[in-house]
Amino acid sequence: MKFLDEYQNSELATKLAYRIANHSTKPIRLMEFCGGHTHAIMRHGIRQLVPKTVEMRAGPGCPVCVTATIDLDRAIALARLPNVIITTFGDMMRVPGSYSSLQRAKAEGADVRVVYSTMDALEIARENPKKSVIFIGIGFETTAPTIAASIVKAEQEGIENFRVLSCLKLTPPVMKALLDLGEVKLDGIIGPGHVSVIIGSLPYEFISADYGVACVISGFEPLDILLCLSKLVEQIEAGQPKVEIAYRRGVKPQGNRKALELMEEVFQVDGANWRGIGIVPQSGLKINQKYEHFDADKGFEISLKPAREPKGCRCGDILRGVATPLECRLFGKVCSPERPVGPCMVSSEGACAAYYQYGSSPSPYSPPFKGEAR
Amino acid sequence: MGDVILLAHGSGGKLSHDLVKKTFLPSLANTMLNKLDDSAIFEANGRLAFTTDSYVVNPIFFPGGDIGQLAVCGTVNDLSMSGAKPLYLSLSLIVEEGFSLSELDRIVKSVKAAAAEAEVNIITGDTKVVNHGQADKLFINTSGIGIISPGVDISGANAKVGDKVILSGTIGDHGIAIMSQREGLKFSVPVESDCAPLNKLVSQILKASLRIHCLRDPTRGGLATTLNEFATQSNVGIVVEEDKIPVKESVKAACELLGFDPVYVANEGKLVAIVKPDDADKVLAKMKQHSYGRDAALIGEVTDAHPGKVIMKTKLGPSRIVDMLSGELLPRIC
Repeated sequence: MKFLDEYQNSELATKLAYRIANHSTKPIRLMEFCGGHTHAIMRHGIRQLVPKTVEMRAGPGCPVCVTATIDLDRAIALARLPNVIITTFGDMMRVPGSYSSLQRAKAEGADVRVVYSTMDALEIARENPKKSVIFIGIGFETTAPTIAASIVKAEQEGIENFRVLSCLKLTPPVMKALLDLGEVKLDGIIGPGHVSVIIGSLPYEFISADYGVACVISGFEPLDILLCLSKLVEQIEAGQPKVEIAYRRGVKPQGNRKALELMEEVFQVDGANWRGIGIVPQSGLKINQKYEHFDADKGFEISLKPAREPKGCRCGDILRGVATPLECRLFGKVCSPERPVGPCMVSSEGACAAYYQYGSSPSPYSPPFKGEAR
Repeated sequence: MGDVILLAHGSGGKLSHDLVKKTFLPSLANTMLNKLDDSAIFEANGRLAFTTDSYVVNPIFFPGGDIGQLAVCGTVNDLSMSGAKPLYLSLSLIVEEGFSLSELDRIVKSVKAAAAEAEVNIITGDTKVVNHGQADKLFINTSGIGIISPGVDISGANAKVGDKVILSGTIGDHGIAIMSQREGLKFSVPVESDCAPLNKLVSQILKASLRIHCLRDPTRGGLATTLNEFATQSNVGIVVEEDKIPVKESVKAACELLGFDPVYVANEGKLVAIVKPDDADKVLAKMKQHSYGRDAALIGEVTDAHPGKVIMKTKLGPSRIVDMLSGELLPRIC
């Protein structure tokens, strides 16, 4: 079981770093869509291995971060209803909503439980037949199939008290929305690894075809990312942007058919509200009519006050790639992982959390080789 | 109903006495405990170390151990990390009404086994039972007293520039064992907790050198948190090399899957020693002779370059800051 070390081999990393440095002649800007990539890049010190010409920006790929405040407010309101158990991924607990957080609602007596998977939520529903057990369904195409599977299972087993509040989001439409906004000029995108395992690479073809932007799908190990970067740099330098997979062990162009079928069985595509971006058409998944009795958006009476964003928080700008965490005035001062103001500081996939945790490393660019790169 | 804990088991009455006589004494008997007086009375000469810790682990049985073993090892290790030889422990249980007596028996037997291995006696104890729902199955508190030999001076504030950093073995085993149990993850090579009493390992290395400046067991918060504590307490910088830190392949794989960095994952049978450079080889060699230190490695050193900060040279070559764990370690969603 040595498979991981192969992807962390420093000799190969050096070769790839050479290759990137040798090919890069002009300044380019890349966006890593996934928060997981932002963390891996900082954790392994990859920024220091690439020349200054290659700028990397974090993108919107953090499930907790992109969840709109109003959706969080909805979850908190549901939590306060009698005979309701809220089940959620742990990171959601600490995200501040407009007026409270799930953590605070819990401290005030609401029954909010952290689960590690949707199937745990289903188990809680089985154990508490007299209560409504609501799972806060956040995430992208990665979590959607398992959430769909839990709904199908609930249907098969006749578990009537299970509900899902679907805040699920789709990645290709939001990439299109960001490119259409054009606030930040991108030359290339580090494509999401786990999402692409599910949907494949074909849904990203428009990125190069319509926008002339390079897109290379990457895994999460250091060599995966360096390989992806070298492919991006080469494509951009050659002026031939296309969609490529640098994560062949996980991603096939057509994706995972079974997972996609499961999603299709349970969900329908709808508009979705993204933090910092707003409503993006056709970018979310709602539970379809066949399974609507599992939809937590139906059958509960709650009233919501208008959502408000924390003052000074730039999570929205950071998610659009317009700002880096270091440009937020709250970063590291008012806002820290212990006292987060916005979700990007809470989530283990959030850009602010990555910048905070891995800090400013000792030297900005320390190539692993001596002498001139070129 | 004879097979579960009832509120009356904690009432101090007949059932309480039955529990002591049938469950605790047969396993934990010693002359001091057997007296069943209000306090245990003993003599001690020298510098004493005193510590306490509460154990609320969920699940209470996990691959490679259980809450009983953990409650003994944790406190034995806290004493050991001060350079003390653990002597006596207290054992206090808060049990949820309805808890299975046979499971309690199993836990008391692992308390016995761990105490026997560490050669410490449980000399006083208490049991309380709370209503169903007021505690999660079983909580344990242990306190411990140990004695420190002359010449031993260990503290997190003692690290000196130039000192070497030695880690006693692979990191992340306990945290991943717990997490895999919780998440129902199955690995082809199952990860077991490293939960173990480290007092004998410590006494071995103290025989090799009295110039061990800092000792700590990197439990919750992992190696990263322990190194940061040393750096802050001693106002020194610490540099470690990622390549030198031993991690089991199965733990690496689980960390990759869950999105964890092994340096933040909990351990229950490992220690970090900061040692005067001249004695580092001796201490490392002695550690490797002991079964709990077989995979020990020299992972870094103390520097004056960046006081209060821990820097890790990553496998790829660049360096980065290793901060303390902030918040909780949660699996990735995406």
